[in-house]
Amino acid sequence: MPVRRTASPLHAARAAVGCALCAALALPALLFDDPLVLGAVVAAALATGTAAGAGRPLRRALLLALPFALAIALLNPLITHDGLTVIARLGSLPVLGRIDVTLEALAYGAVLGLRALALIVCCALYAAVVDPDEVLRSFRRVSFRSALTATLATRMVPVLQRDGRRMADAQRCRAGAAPARLALVRAVAAGALDRAVDVAAALEVRGYGSARRPPRVRAPFSRHDRAFAAAAVVLLAATVVVRATGAAAFDAYPQLHGDWGAGAWALAAALVLVPLLPFLDRRGVEPRAAALASGWGRR
Amino acid sequence: MSVLALERLTYAYPGAPTPALDDVTLHVEEGELIVLAGRSGSGKSTLLRLASGLVPHVHGGTVRGEAVVAGMDVRDHGPGELAAVAGSLFQDPETQIVMGTVRNELAFPLENRGESPAAIARGVEEAALALGIAHLLERPTHALSGGELQRVALAAALVGRPRLVLLDEPTSQLDPVAGDELIGLLRRLNEEWGTTILLAEHRLERCLTAADRVLAMADGRIACDADPADFLAWAHASAPALETPGARLLATAGLGPPPVGVKQARRILRAAGGLPDDTHPVPAQRKEAARHRPALRLRGVWVEPRGEPAILRGVDLSIAAGERVALMGRNGAGKSTLLRHVAGLSQPTRGRIETGGRVALLLQNPNDYLVHERVGEEASAEALEAVGLAGMVDRHPRDLSGGERQRLALAVVLGGPDVAAPALLCLDEPTRGMDRAHKADLAVLLGRLAATGTGLLVATHDPEFAAAVADRVVLLADGAPIADGAAADVLAGGWYFATETARILRGAGGALDPDAGAALIRARLAAAPAVTGGPPAGPVAHAPAAGPPSVAPAPAANPPDPRPTEVRRR
Repeated sequence: MPVRRTASPLHAARAAVGCALCAALALPALLFDDPLVLGAVVAAALATGTAAGAGRPLRRALLLALPFALAIALLNPLITHDGLTVIARLGSLPVLGRIDVTLEALAYGAVLGLRALALIVCCALYAAVVDPDEVLRSFRRVSFRSALTATLATRMVPVLQRDGRRMADAQRCRAGAAPARLALVRAVAAGALDRAVDVAAALEVRGYGSARRPPRVRAPFSRHDRAFAAAAVVLLAATVVVRATGAAAFDAYPQLHGDWGAGAWALAAALVLVPLLPFLDRRGVEPRAAALASGWGRR
Repeated sequence: MSVLALERLTYAYPGAPTPALDDVTLHVEEGELIVLAGRSGSGKSTLLRLASGLVPHVHGGTVRGEAVVAGMDVRDHGPGELAAVAGSLFQDPETQIVMGTVRNELAFPLENRGESPAAIARGVEEAALALGIAHLLERPTHALSGGELQRVALAAALVGRPRLVLLDEPTSQLDPVAGDELIGLLRRLNEEWGTTILLAEHRLERCLTAADRVLAMADGRIACDADPADFLAWAHASAPALETPGARLLATAGLGPPPVGVKQARRILRAAGGLPDDTHPVPAQRKEAARHRPALRLRGVWVEPRGEPAILRGVDLSIAAGERVALMGRNGAGKSTLLRHVAGLSQPTRGRIETGGRVALLLQNPNDYLVHERVGEEASAEALEAVGLAGMVDRHPRDLSGGERQRLALAVVLGGPDVAAPALLCLDEPTRGMDRAHKADLAVLLGRLAATGTGLLVATHDPEFAAAVADRVVLLADGAPIADGAAADVLAGGWYFATETARILRGAGGALDPDAGAALIRARLAAAPAVTGGPPAGPVAHAPAAGPPSVAPAPAANPPDPRPTEVRRR
């Protein structure tokens, strides 16, 4: 999913700030099991993406991730034997042994699915609003080789997407029976390797192989940089505080236990509302590349 | 000092039984514009990849002899270091774009050189202005058309002001207008910036007028190193597949010297009294479509993607069984979209598409069809026989040449005896990157298929191929046909969408190919035998027919004077 350069405050902010906001949204999904917090992360990412004009790709990512999340939710009670409240006895199955489905395992499966959903939507938000070229530029100062690998991987995704679409069309044009899946997989793999060599060659002839460490560019924070950075800091602080106080705790085993007190609700509300506040100021929201090109720099 | 110097250089790819470059000695001087000619597999791309450092550093293989680019030995300096002096542009622009926006793409090479932000901003702006892509700077690269991508890739190759620019068939994906613009741009860069340019190209008629020197390659060796006029004379005698249509036209008509471009050909013809001076280009006319059983009928077909301009706008088109139709137009005119809808890969927003049976579609890249380990597994024996690959059943498809792969993909879409023969065969840019000989082979093959009753719809940017393969041409612009008529009408009456023969003769008599044009000239000469400015008759003194590979070792410092000094008639 390529970044969509729309005129939004988030697109006008620097890539590092965009990364920080996405990380601040994703962190609670990693630290908390509370379904309220996880649901708030999903809602926050979707709302932020929509406010930035990237609602459609995010909803598409959500729909694509749903079967994956559902699979996790359904598999967990079959694999996990913890929990005290048995709601179904499925007998014995090969490999898995005796299957007693517990309410707790079912609930924890739903939590895991929701967490996967939250992380996928946060990644989709990152892909939709953070300029990968700028991330690469920043990353190169830290680790040149890692940046090269990341660049190759980043570039290969759209190239292989296009190749895949073309190849699928070509296979639809074949007369007679479709080729075996194994043959297709082999051809796709061979094509991907060829493409990787082509992209690597293009990077080489553009001088990437002998690139010097790029100079540090010091630029003042714009109002959008400051607003989203502040939002990220507030979210981070709220997450740390709520975690430290033990609020928004959720235990699935041995029996379901959740703390849906003020702390959990406050964190959920902060997750949904705080990232949206910077969108209230829409002055100077053209994408950053245009702003920099015009010579105004950051405002 | 030479910008590129090769001394007895021999290079072989890993595992290859024969060298791709064989004992090549070459000196390219500062400010030269050199065209690399040769059939597919002759070593042109390898030579360019050697000069960019990709050979041997990325491709591996063994190198003997010396190769020095701007004082740097290619064996000791990789492509990253050579990028500071040599900019490269290859055939497929999709794989050469590495950043997300055009601005970032142009800034990338300068960032790699550690330039300051101010220098990067200025370099990007100047390169964008020079290549006419300033309006694209903020566009995401994934949203660019093929022609736009090629321009952006060229700008990225030039942004660092390299001393040497290496281009491998940069016009192969461009329409005639964009191709001519690109060649004009290269000439301007060469003249105004003094950039040395090494350009590999199959459509020589496009670029010889801009060239100082032509290197013809064959089997990894330099077969001819001469100025364009001498190269054409050599090609006439030794490598007819490399001869331009204009040169062949005059040679067939018994006139000389071989012309470098349309302007010179006209001068020779005018001086000889063979140029038709009163031409009446026939306006393109719609032709009655269904002569026999219809293979295709489109009625008011619209394709309107959500939130984007319409790609096809109410297209009406009929093709009869066995009819051969070329679909032409600029990049983005809607040719590929039309073919996809005809083949059922996409559905139109409005309108009806009726076909007389199965529609076979050969897309641009034949590799997309090839998924097996053996040629024999890809298509039936009958289909392989039909495309002339019956003797290659045990070869690996990826070991075939470009032309052979194209024919194999054609066999894949045609199918065998268990599949009904297609009522219509659609081909999308089938000659991309093909040399003239392979194009001629493909035209013959398609003619054979059409003779069996299969309708042909060929989207192409190549007027010469369209003239060879089609008896009707549909010109598409902005998603709608603007001309539909006999090939002789449409291709003889245009400026850009016209063969070189038609441009030389200004569409006279609807002659599209050198043989038809030469017949016309001979008829005119017979009617008006006066010759001015040259000897009245005598043999054409073309370049040496045989002998050492290099017919003109001294490179020309300036473009040749296009004015003929003499006109000779056989």
